[in-house]
Amino acid sequence: MKIAVCVKQVPDTWAEKALKAADSTLDRDAADGVMNELDEYAVEEALKLTEAHGGEVVVVTMGPERAGETVRKALSMGADSGVHLVDETLHGSDALATSYALAEVLKDRGFDLVMFGSESTDARMSVVPAMVAERLGIAQLTFAQKVEVSGPTVTIQRATETGYDTVEAQTPAVVSVVEKINEPRYPSFKGIMAAKKKPVETLSVSDAGLDAARLGLSAAWSQVEDFAARPPKAAGTIVVDEGDGGAKLAGFLAEQKFI
Amino acid sequence: MTQAPQTPFALFDIDHLLSEEERAIRDVVREFVDSEIRPHIADWFESGSIPARELARDLGSLGVLGMHLEGYGCQGTSAVAYGLACLELEAGDSGIRSLVSVQGSLAMHAIRAFGSEEQKQDWLPRMATGEAIGCFGLTEADFGSNPSGMRTSARRDGDDWVLDGSKMWITNGSVADVAVVWARTDDGIRGFVVPTQTPGFRANEIHKKMSLRASVTSELVLDGVRLPADAVLPGVVGLRGPLSCLGEARFGIVFGTLGAARDSLQTAIDYSISREQFDKPIAAFQLTQKKLADMALELGKGMLLALHLGRLKDEHLIRPEQVSVGKLNNARESLAIARECRSILGGNGITLEYPVIRHMNNLESVLTYEGTNEMHTLVVGQALTGIAAYR
Repeated sequence: MKIAVCVKQVPDTWAEKALKAADSTLDRDAADGVMNELDEYAVEEALKLTEAHGGEVVVVTMGPERAGETVRKALSMGADSGVHLVDETLHGSDALATSYALAEVLKDRGFDLVMFGSESTDARMSVVPAMVAERLGIAQLTFAQKVEVSGPTVTIQRATETGYDTVEAQTPAVVSVVEKINEPRYPSFKGIMAAKKKPVETLSVSDAGLDAARLGLSAAWSQVEDFAARPPKAAGTIVVDEGDGGAKLAGFLAEQKFI
Repeated sequence: MTQAPQTPFALFDIDHLLSEEERAIRDVVREFVDSEIRPHIADWFESGSIPARELARDLGSLGVLGMHLEGYGCQGTSAVAYGLACLELEAGDSGIRSLVSVQGSLAMHAIRAFGSEEQKQDWLPRMATGEAIGCFGLTEADFGSNPSGMRTSARRDGDDWVLDGSKMWITNGSVADVAVVWARTDDGIRGFVVPTQTPGFRANEIHKKMSLRASVTSELVLDGVRLPADAVLPGVVGLRGPLSCLGEARFGIVFGTLGAARDSLQTAIDYSISREQFDKPIAAFQLTQKKLADMALELGKGMLLALHLGRLKDEHLIRPEQVSVGKLNNARESLAIARECRSILGGNGITLEYPVIRHMNNLESVLTYEGTNEMHTLVVGQALTGIAAYR
């Protein structure tokens, strides 16, 4: 079984995120880059599947030079090889452009499964897995909390607000995972040391045969016109209980339209 | 005017001196400490007990046990990577780092360096996974800095060896499956691999400690412990054996102590920025800033020294007196930093809500064990003058 895992480098989850004044895109230098947390779950699941069924895991990323660190993190967890799409032209790409670029890189490589974390902590749209599936013309099994593969059939439990749906498709298919699915492993030291010897294919936009006009900030379907820093937290309201604390709290909640 | 504060290591751009691989190993250990050690450490320290078996297995699956040794299930990392792991572990607690030091640098290293092929096959793989815990018996109640006076003896009885005596201040002693014990023989000091279930072997845990409370410390009693001929470590005779193991463990301490100091200093910096007196953060007072600046300098200098020694070790160039330079300086300065940080935290500094007094108390042990502050001073004095003042 050949599994691609698409991973994204995002600003450290706990860091203050900022946009750049020049073009309103994410300021990637303002914080340390880490692998998007849910993508670690996707890597873990892919490793578990190939450990059980045999095969290989290829980690795929699109991002600037330093996103290569995220590829190596996945390699140190145990993935076999990497593909890194890196090009100035990609800067500012929206979800549509990202899914176009990823689908072009992924197609014709014979993957049985293409796995994703179900959302990124920076953009938080959860649409790229579905878009990639659509562009590749294959099934999408999204928000998986459990994945099973039996021959050409892949079955997932899709997490819902009330429980789960069982969804099944034939490979090749796209699977995105939620954090309930597993507990990602720590990279082993041997894995970290082996990672730098594993092959990583670096592709430019022209290497990948992409149409530059469909990529980057200028091709984005929406534009950020303006942004402002979040206002500082206002001082809280202190309710003094003079025997009527409950009523005052209820009044506050009603006023704020919480109840 | 205010700007975003930077960490003491960022001030020195320590990351610039590390390879991507070294940073990755450091980050994995740091994540482990954040999720598996920090949430529990204050309770372990207060109750004076740790889940040693479980911890050893977790540390084993992380890969830190004997990580710098080659083969037999060990990871074979560089010395610098091992040092960085020690630093991150000790940022959690010196007791946890002690468990790892004793397992990897003392017990496993002794077997790796001086053991027979059978001893290595028998013990190292399960010690690397943490399935088996090791301890190291050199120090005795009356022979600390001067181990050459040890009383524990091993005599031949037919093909067997019979060990009698006792060892003191033995980390991991009561939870160990195997003890590497050094004893006087007719030929000189020899090392023995002693399974702890052997009749006549007993470990008594030492209680009422005020330091390294999240670490098992014991007295080992050897009362006619009969061992087969192949229990002796064949590769070394004389004090050179145990002393070379201590050199390994001390190397880890050169880095490790800086972890406790870094955690103390970062806690003090964060505290001083949020704690207000006279309507301004105490970080805005010049007295506090001087303390912070002086501590950051010592911490950064200690790290530069540790990395320099680590690079020497990776090139197999490091000399014992250079390890003494590192251990002496970094244990001493880290303890001074922890004490100063305690003063910045004021009354809050005496509770286990903050890690500072725990690090401070732990470092009192670290100042003394693995060669006392005084002995390392005399080693450096001997290197400079050619005169051994302790003989």
